[in-house]
Amino acid sequence: MTAVVATNETILVVGGGISGMTAALEAAETGKRVVLVEKRPYLGGRVSQLYKYFPKLCFPTCGLEINQRRAKQNPNLTILTMAEVTGLTGDKGNYRATVKLSPRYVNANCTACGDCAKAVTAEFDDEHNYGLGKRKGAYLPYRMAHPARYVLDPAIIGTPDAERAKAACRYDAIDLDMQEETIDFPCGAVIWATGWKPYDAAKIQPYGYDRFPNVITSVEFERMADPTGPTGGKLVRPSDGKEAKKVAFIQCAGSRDRNHLLHCSRICCMASFKQCTYVIDAFGTDARINVYYIDLRAIDRFEDFYQKVRANQNITFIKSKPASITQDKDGSPVVHGVDTEGYQRFAEPHDLVVLAIGMEPSVDPASFPVPIVLNREGFIETDSANGGVFAAGGAADALDVNRAVQHATGAALRAIQVVNSVARAEV
Amino acid sequence: MGELNTAMIERYRNSFLKEVEANVEEGEWVKMCMQCGVCSGSCPLGKFWEHPPQEIFMMIRAGKREAVLQSESVWMCTSCYNCIVRCPRELPITHIMHGLAHYAKRLGLVPKTNPTAKFAQMFWDNLMVKGRVNELKLGLALYFMNGFGDGIKVALKNQKLGMAMMKTGRMNPKEAFGGHAVKDLAGFHKVLKKAQELEDARIAQNGPSAGA
Ligand SMILES: Cc1cc2nc3c(=O)[nH]c(=O)nc-3n(C[C@H](O)[C@H](O)[C@H](O)COP(=O)(O)OP(=O)(O)OC[C@H]3O[C@@H](n4cnc5c(N)ncnc54)[C@H](O)[C@@H]3O)c2cc1C
Ligand code: SF4
Ligand code: SF4
Repeated sequence: MTAVVATNETILVVGGGISGMTAALEAAETGKRVVLVEKRPYLGGRVSQLYKYFPKLCFPTCGLEINQRRAKQNPNLTILTMAEVTGLTGDKGNYRATVKLSPRYVNANCTACGDCAKAVTAEFDDEHNYGLGKRKGAYLPYRMAHPARYVLDPAIIGTPDAERAKAACRYDAIDLDMQEETIDFPCGAVIWATGWKPYDAAKIQPYGYDRFPNVITSVEFERMADPTGPTGGKLVRPSDGKEAKKVAFIQCAGSRDRNHLLHCSRICCMASFKQCTYVIDAFGTDARINVYYIDLRAIDRFEDFYQKVRANQNITFIKSKPASITQDKDGSPVVHGVDTEGYQRFAEPHDLVVLAIGMEPSVDPASFPVPIVLNREGFIETDSANGGVFAAGGAADALDVNRAVQHATGAALRAIQVVNSVARAEV
Repeated sequence: MGELNTAMIERYRNSFLKEVEANVEEGEWVKMCMQCGVCSGSCPLGKFWEHPPQEIFMMIRAGKREAVLQSESVWMCTSCYNCIVRCPRELPITHIMHGLAHYAKRLGLVPKTNPTAKFAQMFWDNLMVKGRVNELKLGLALYFMNGFGDGIKVALKNQKLGMAMMKTGRMNPKEAFGGHAVKDLAGFHKVLKKAQELEDARIAQNGPSAGA
C-alpha cells in the first residue's frame, strides 16, 4: 500500500512535465510539503521527447537532469508516477484528492540493469517515440527516465513474458501481484500542470497525414532527429528509409484555423526554424528546405534566431498556406498551393513533409475532477472562481519552456500563499 | 446602369472595400481574409482564374475597383465549396464571388462576352416563364449562344446525351411547345416580385441616393 503523508498545508501538483516539476520544486524548496502526481511512468513530460531546445540549440536533457537531481535531494517532495487524480473535493485551503495508481509491476529494488527487457519478446508501439518505433513489454521509457525504474506493460501480465521477466531479475524487483490502488489525502492548494498534446494531424484531411507515410508531424521529427530515437538520429522517409534531404515544413498545421484550433500555438514557428537546422546539420549544402507559412512569429529575442535561419541559402520561405498534399508515384509528398507573393501556383514534390502541428490542452474539458474556468480553447484561465487551483505552463496556454517555467514559478507562489494562510489560521 | 456605376464611384470614392461591404452579398467578410492562399490553391478551376479569390480580396482592399468588377474571375466560381470548407477564417468565399458577380451585373460592368454571365441570364429568363427550368429550351438556347453554325455543331456532339435525357424523362420533346409550369405560377411570380422589392429596398439603403 502506498502511503502519502499530507495535510491541508500540502500542495498537490498534477502533471510532472517541466512546468509541474518546476512548480513542485520551487514550492518544496521553500519548505512546503508537495505531492507530485504524474500519469506517465516518469517525469519530464514532452520536453523529454525533444531533441534540442530553441534558441540555444542545447539539449533538454541538461535542464531535466538538474531538476531530477533537485527532486532526488528534496525530502519535502513525494513523487507518484503512473498516477492520476480522479477526484478533488472541498475548497481553497481544504481539499481532498483521490489518486488512482496503476501497477508498474516493478518495485524499488530495480537497478535498471535491463535484464528483464532482454528476457521478454513481445513488442509494442513506443509512446516515447510517438509510435515511430517499438519497445519491449518490459522497458525503461527512455534513457534518462526518472524514476530510473523499469515498467512492465500490463498487456504481458498473465503471459509467459511476465514470468520470463520475473525469472531474469536478479534483484527480486518484479512483483507480478501488484494491483491498481486508490489513495486519498488532504491538500490546501493544487497546481494543474497537465500540459499539452499535439493536435490530431489526421483531422487536417487535405494534408493526408493518415494516408501518406512521408507526411509526419513536428513532434515525430524531433524523435527522428534524436540520436537515441527510433532512427538513430537519421532523417529518413518512413516509407522507404531513404535520406530526407528535401523537406517541407508546413506552419500552422491545425492552429489559427476555425476548422481546427482557434489559437496560434506560438512555438511552432520557432520549432520549425530549429528543425531546419537539424536538416542542415545532416545534409549541409545538399539540404533543400521549404517553409510554407501564413506569417512567421518569432517574438522578441527569438528574432535573431529567425534571421540566422533565414539567411541560409538552402532554406526558402514561401508565404502560402498550402491547400493540399498529394503523393506521386515515388511516394514523395507533393505540396500544392498558391504563393501569396505573386499568386503563382505551385506543386512541389519533397522527400518528407513535416506538419508544424498545433498544441492543444492535454485534458479534455469534461474530465476535470473539479469545476474549473477554461477559455474557449480549453486552456485554464486565471480566475478567482478556481479557488485554490492554479494552472502552470502548457495547461494554461501554448508556451515555450522558458515561459512555461516562469508561469509555473508564479503558480507555485500562489499556492504557497494559500497554504501559508491555512497555516496562519491554524496557529 | 452606367448612371448607377457613376453614382457608386462618387459615393464610395475613397473606399472600394466599404462599397463592397455595403453592397455585395457577404461583402462584410472580405476584411477577415488573412491572405493565406488556401482558397486559391483549393479551387479546382484555379489555374484558369486570372485573379484567384485570395487576390480578388487583396484587390478589393487595394481599391482596384474596375479590375475587380470587370474581371472574368468573379464569374469563374462553380460553387464547389472547396474553398469555404478549408478557409481557416471561414469566409463564405463562394457567396462573395457570386455577390461580386451580381453587383458587377447591376452596375453594367460584366465583360460582354463572358459565357457564365450569358448562361446565367438565359437560365434566369427560362426559369421566369414557367417557374421551372425547361431543359429542352435552355439546352437549345445554350447551343446557339455563339451563333447558328456553332450551335448545330455542339448539338450534334451532344446528341447522345440529349437522347439519354429524353429516355430517362429528364427532357421531353413536347416541352418545346410551351412546357409545363409550377402548380401556382402566379404565386411564384408574386414571391419573386416580393424578393425583388426587398432587394431594391436593400440597395436603396446603401445606394447612391441614400444618406451617407
Ligand atoms: C515540435 C515542438 C518542438 C518544441 N521545441 C521547443 C523548444 O525547442 N524550446 C522550447 O522552449 N519549447 C519547445 N516546445 C514547447 C515545449 O514542448 C513546451 O513548452 C513544454 O512541453 C511545456 O511543458 P509542460 O510541463 O507545461 O507540459 P508537458 O510537457 O505536456 O507536461 C505535462 C505533464 O503532465 C502529465 N499529465 C497530463 N495529464 C495528466 C493527468 N491527468 N494526470 C497526471 N499527469 C498528467 C503528462 O504526462 C506530462 O508529463 C516545442 C513544442 C513542440 C510541439
Ligand atoms: S507559432 Fe507560427 S506556426 Fe505556430 S500557429 Fe503561430 S503562426 Fe502558426
Ligand atoms: S482561404 Fe480564407 S483567409 Fe485564406 S486567402 Fe482565402 S479567403 Fe483569405
